[in-house]
Amino acid sequence: MMKSSMKIHLSHPTKEIEIKGPKHVRDLFTELHLIPEAYLVIRGQDLVTEDELLADTDIIEIRPVISGGSERTS
Amino acid sequence: MKCRKCPARAVLRLPRHNTAFCPVCLTDFVRTQVQKAITSQHMFSTNDRILVAVSGGKDSLTLWEILLKLGYRADALYVDQGIGTYSQGSREKVEQFTEQIAVPCGATLTIHNVEEEEGASIPDLANMVRRPTCSTCGTIKRYQFNRAAIQGGYDVMATGHNLDDEAARLLGNVLHWQEEYLQKQSPTLPASMDGFAKKVKPLYRLTEREIAAYAVVNRIDYMVEECPMSKGAKMLVYKDVLNRLEAESPGTKHTFYWQFLAKQEKAQAAHGSMTDTDQRTLQPCTTCSQPTSTGICSYCKMVARAKTPAQ
Repeated sequence: MMKSSMKIHLSHPTKEIEIKGPKHVRDLFTELHLIPEAYLVIRGQDLVTEDELLADTDIIEIRPVISGGSERTS
Repeated sequence: MKCRKCPARAVLRLPRHNTAFCPVCLTDFVRTQVQKAITSQHMFSTNDRILVAVSGGKDSLTLWEILLKLGYRADALYVDQGIGTYSQGSREKVEQFTEQIAVPCGATLTIHNVEEEEGASIPDLANMVRRPTCSTCGTIKRYQFNRAAIQGGYDVMATGHNLDDEAARLLGNVLHWQEEYLQKQSPTLPASMDGFAKKVKPLYRLTEREIAAYAVVNRIDYMVEECPMSKGAKMLVYKDVLNRLEAESPGTKHTFYWQFLAKQEKAQAAHGSMTDTDQRTLQPCTTCSQPTSTGICSYCKMVARAKTPAQ
């Protein structure tokens, strides 16, 4: 029987990866070499903090919050 | 992790304030910061008509939503840049937001299409005049938003620039010692002369992460995809550097920009305001009458060059 992993959606560029849980959000950032200040972690439809424990059954989005070219309207 | 204001579970930690909030307290925090910005920087009152520059991204849609929730009279303008599926997607987000949130509050949306008005999309215009796309886009959007605010009789134009935008822009200006641009980095820019609308940045007290979190917990459906033209943009590099500093020392961006504002206020008191400088150095464009430091403004020059047949 195949062991399941949590499914993670990333943007810029868009890709789907799988990582074995359980794992704390802060450890996920470390593993993926991401700066927490530049991302939000969304489980299902809900935001989670860095101390949250993510399970293999979770569907996770790591959403970048940084935007903008040399000139911005918003 | 618990919310620091109530017993609920926190959804966002804010290291620069050494706190954490649940969705309800985060919403309250963000709206309070916007109201503080409006009041402390003398941006506008509930009697004023506001034109919000919207792009479909988190900042501008969040700004529009908060202004409407706080009871301000805020309409919006969207400029369709003609950047393929990115512009199509952005426009859909703006139209959906308008229908679901803005119209029930009595607000309206105006759409300008660059290709229909000038005969070419922003990437095509940039190619024709041999300028970077982001710079061309900035010139066109600044011009069109200012013109729409003046022609529509709005008291003020609001943009979604946040603390990260302002800190990154400040870093870029300081690295290149572009002192002439520093004067334009205030959260409130007055209508310094005929042809200029008053411009304000009510999100300047909030980071991009706080704004994005507000959008998520309040179910504001925004364009997550980044503009394909912004790949490799200097602003993104500056923001990345500042976020690395922020991770080591929370509050760095806040201190950098706010200390600059405090110094700028003192400097203006001693050396004169932006209004004095504008009135001394600008005159109406001979083609469109918007203020410019040269005879013909950069927008009119760009459009004229784009309409000149290639040799």
